[in-house]
Amino acid sequence: MALPSSIKQAAAYDSKIEGNVIFTQMDAATNWMRKNSLWPMPMGLACCAIELMAAASSRFDISRFGAEVMRFSPRQADVMIVAGTVTYKMALAVQRIYEQMAEPKWVIAMGACASSGGMYRSYAVLQGIDRLLPVDVYISGCPPRPEALLEGLMRLQEKISSGDTGPDRPRALVPPSDAQLTADPAKKTMMA
Amino acid sequence: MAVPSPLSPAKRRSAKEAADLLRSEIGSDVTRPVKFRDEITVSVKPASIEAALKHCKSKLDFNSLVDLCSVDHAGESLRFEVIYHLYSFKHACHLRIKTRIPEDEPSVPTASRIWPTADWHEREVYDMMGIQFAGHPDLRRILMWEGYPYFPLRKEFPLAGKESDAPDIAFTDAAPLEGGPFVTTPTSGGTADREPRSRGE
Repeated sequence: MALPSSIKQAAAYDSKIEGNVIFTQMDAATNWMRKNSLWPMPMGLACCAIELMAAASSRFDISRFGAEVMRFSPRQADVMIVAGTVTYKMALAVQRIYEQMAEPKWVIAMGACASSGGMYRSYAVLQGIDRLLPVDVYISGCPPRPEALLEGLMRLQEKISSGDTGPDRPRALVPPSDAQLTADPAKKTMMA
Repeated sequence: MAVPSPLSPAKRRSAKEAADLLRSEIGSDVTRPVKFRDEITVSVKPASIEAALKHCKSKLDFNSLVDLCSVDHAGESLRFEVIYHLYSFKHACHLRIKTRIPEDEPSVPTASRIWPTADWHEREVYDMMGIQFAGHPDLRRILMWEGYPYFPLRKEFPLAGKESDAPDIAFTDAAPLEGGPFVTTPTSGGTADREPRSRGE
């Protein structure tokens, strides 16, 4: 069963040995487990939350992906699905919830408002949750169909299985503006 | 409390009659009713607005305050205008009451003692325009947070917003407009003419 070390093997199955033993790498195994049971923290803020609920319903069935367990406790969740308009009033609360989630954690920005502020280019709406949290997957749409949310979930699954899951992995986070960089460090800023 | 069904059309009082009755009760502080597309509007001086609204609710059967909003006429001497939309289920008619107040002391008696729904409407008017409502039980901002330094729907406030920071509560940034609000113009041309284009701030 020995293979040359230059060949990287994700999984091997040798029915002669025991019939039910799989050889794999630790990373591949844990990534497989993580991606197939992504428990969402549904940050359903507006209309996209309805489509999120629809994706959890029987017709579109997010349960096929192991993600039907919508844990509203951030301690028990893996992925935060920000579904809806993030107003400035709500923004710091979303950040607080995100900080309470345990690693490994991911963020899906669902819909136009969470990705970029959507149609609300105004004084009251945060122009995209990526100004506060590092986002892994953006889903466009207003609102995106449940199938689009499932496609985004599948892209996240590919991202999990292919890459590393550490907190330093490359993610989308809009760099702080000049105002924040030159702000008084004694005053707490949101990029702290 | 059940909503009464309206009276038969013969017995109903029209909005114009209600406006005339209001005028005869309150006096010269109420202007003549103005009619625009079957809508009756009456302007009241701020000194008599509370009495006028009470009269509308109790004697003229306007039991529903449909909307309470405000307008900023920037540059005019009486800068702000508070507008009340009233509806009577009994007579099935609408009435609009307007009142103009000056900029240096923008204050109007609260309507929340008369119609409880005015509570949040007045909080929104205060939040967006800065108009105070005397006697309001809980006048604080409703969309923006306490400590937000601006009144966003005043004419001098830009659409994109201004930067502000209330540490641990909220922050705001100016939104990137990318060429301005994309608005359409009312025109009898085709869709190509009406297509939303950047009009600039």
